[in-house]
Amino acid sequence: MLDPAVPLDGLKSSRKWRGPLLPLEIQGLTYETRGKRVIRNLSLTVEEPGITVIMGPNGAGKSILLRLMHGLIAPTGGEITWAGRRMSSELARRQAMVFQRPILLRRSAAANIRYALDLRGIDRTGQSTRVVEALKLAGLEQQASTPARVLSGGEQQRLCLVRALSLEPDVLFLDEPTASLDPASTLLIERLLIETQHRGIKIIVVTHDVGQARRLAQDVVFLHHGRVVEHGKATSFFDHPQSEAARAFIAGGLVL
Amino acid sequence: MADLSEALRTALRLIAALDPRLIEIVLLSLEVSLLAVAIASLIGFALGGALAVYRFPGRGAAAAIVNALMGLPPVVAGLVVYLLLSNAGPLGVLQLLYTPMAMVIAQTIIVIPIVGALTRQSCEDLHEEYNEQLRSLGASSGAIVATLLWDGRYRLVTAVLAGFGRAIAEVGAVMIVGGNIDHVTRTMTTAIALETSKGNISLALALGIVLLAISFGVSATLMGVRRFAQRLAYA
Amino acid sequence: MTLCRRRTLGIAIAAVLFATAFPCGVRAGERFIIVQSTTSTQNSGLFDHILPIFTKKTGIEVRVVAVGTGQALKNAENGDGDVVLVHSKPDEEKFVADGWGVKRYDVMYNDFVIVGPDSDPAGISGLKDAAEALKTIAEAKAPFASRADDSGTNKAELKLWQDAGIDAKASSGSWYLETGSGMGATLNTAVGKRAYTLTDRGTWLGFANKDDFKILVEGDSKLFNQYGVILVNPAKRPNVKAKEGQAFIDWLTGPDGQAAIASYKIGGQQLFFPNAGPPS
Repeated sequence: MLDPAVPLDGLKSSRKWRGPLLPLEIQGLTYETRGKRVIRNLSLTVEEPGITVIMGPNGAGKSILLRLMHGLIAPTGGEITWAGRRMSSELARRQAMVFQRPILLRRSAAANIRYALDLRGIDRTGQSTRVVEALKLAGLEQQASTPARVLSGGEQQRLCLVRALSLEPDVLFLDEPTASLDPASTLLIERLLIETQHRGIKIIVVTHDVGQARRLAQDVVFLHHGRVVEHGKATSFFDHPQSEAARAFIAGGLVL
Repeated sequence: MADLSEALRTALRLIAALDPRLIEIVLLSLEVSLLAVAIASLIGFALGGALAVYRFPGRGAAAAIVNALMGLPPVVAGLVVYLLLSNAGPLGVLQLLYTPMAMVIAQTIIVIPIVGALTRQSCEDLHEEYNEQLRSLGASSGAIVATLLWDGRYRLVTAVLAGFGRAIAEVGAVMIVGGNIDHVTRTMTTAIALETSKGNISLALALGIVLLAISFGVSATLMGVRRFAQRLAYA
Repeated sequence: MTLCRRRTLGIAIAAVLFATAFPCGVRAGERFIIVQSTTSTQNSGLFDHILPIFTKKTGIEVRVVAVGTGQALKNAENGDGDVVLVHSKPDEEKFVADGWGVKRYDVMYNDFVIVGPDSDPAGISGLKDAAEALKTIAEAKAPFASRADDSGTNKAELKLWQDAGIDAKASSGSWYLETGSGMGATLNTAVGKRAYTLTDRGTWLGFANKDDFKILVEGDSKLFNQYGVILVNPAKRPNVKAKEGQAFIDWLTGPDGQAAIASYKIGGQQLFFPNAGPPS
């Protein structure tokens, strides 16, 4: 499997410095859109490797926060730094994201992975091993030439995940990755995520599924009204939530 | 109605005999329109893709203008090209007036907005779906345009067909810039106009039937290519 | 992206090959002139008959652009023709006087006729005076189709209305129908609307959609239609092929061209009568 400690051949993009992108430090982040303050004065530090789960009621700003961290949108105020470096497009290339709905091009499963590798400037010879391994990881070796959009929802999402992984990111974001999947696919994806974290890739997942959070999380960030209300180790969060909102959320109630 | 059945018989007779004059004007019509559509498509794809992806001031107005130009009367396009290519005009030195190339230029101008507007629509729909993921993968705006064009290729085939339909059927522009000169710039549509004006209604209708058959043939071929490509596309 | 690039390259190569095989309208080593003429002359079939004779003798191809007289003269002014051959003497003389043409030569004449439905509602059949016939049509408010396109035929028609003392345009839209079209299109409209119209004999003889229409009035000297040919002035439009253009004019007004014109017949009937003399 892919070992981040071993340098890869055919990688055209120059890596100026190696090493994980942690710690993630967010200071006084704000994001406004259409006159609404979605993120208000948010501060957060993530130092530990492993899977960080971001939770919160709908409209708390979880998806927006993820996109801000990945550089897809720009904050209206505040700062995001990774290992002391300010968020930039260079840093964004060391990250990857999987969205709630799988987004695949009208081509074969293998071609979708090749497309991503093309964007990274990896030449064709360097690509073939990565593509084969990625498909194997997703359990899709038989479907290499199948049109990606013909695959089932679960298969498509697995494909999106291994596509992201084939880029060898330092950070992997996932926005409600199994929200529309059946339990079997959900299980497969979760297994892949747990495996991935063991390779030293930092994983940040947004989910509203408390059960999934319990299964995956190393630490939990609880968001409410665009702010971080709680951040702590998963065990302490689920057993002893500090805030009223978190308590209500874990219990399954509506949090206003 | 007697005209119509006579027209049908005349059409079949002309085709069966491979009438050389008929072949001449059919070939010219196809050469002019296919070349015009090819050039217009290259420009239209780039234009439509760029309008869908790049954000710049005046983008909305540009899109509205391209849409509006779909309704550009071909005869007006012909007049503009005539004024440009006339010996009294700025490009007179090129001596292109009354040649097939002038007809290609006029038809290209007419087809660009059609392909451009339809391409823009296709790319915009895909853009909404793909944009975040493609940006996440590290695609530049240029790469995104290329990706949207290729991914929407089947819709683009329809756009090209729409453009071709317009080109092969128009008569105003090619009449003005081509001059309907026998053996040089006479196309199917200008021949139909000429025979109509001579009162040869049956012959005009016959040519019309042949034109429709050709148009159908081109559409069918393009659809066939599309289906063939669909099978290859997942290589 | 390499596969995409390969595909685009392939398409580009195919396009270039296609474009280079394209007829540009100028075959290598061919000499040709452009003659701006009228649709009525074209539709009569005269050019199909006489031009091959000229080309065989001189090797010069003649490309005819057939439009209305007004447009032909305007095109010639723009230098988009080497020779102009129309049938509207006052306009031709103005063309030369304004410096756009070198010299005007008489070439041939034909005549106009008034055609109409067999039923002849206005009762003009056999009248010898064309203006009188039009007056009768106006008084009967019988439908009349006019080209209204600034052509030689149209100008002749308007002159007849003037002679008859009738302001036909005032009735435009009721019985006086202004088609703004060429002769063939106007004839189609006339037949369709059962209307009278003025047409040149050549177009009428070659017209295939006559239905039950007949020539009702002919022979009046006012229906005389003179054709003139002019070389576009190379001093004003340097792109004009003066040598070849003059060669065409010389042939057309010389014995060979004049004989060719006279030999053109439809159904045994001669259409055009050569009358070239010294330049007017």
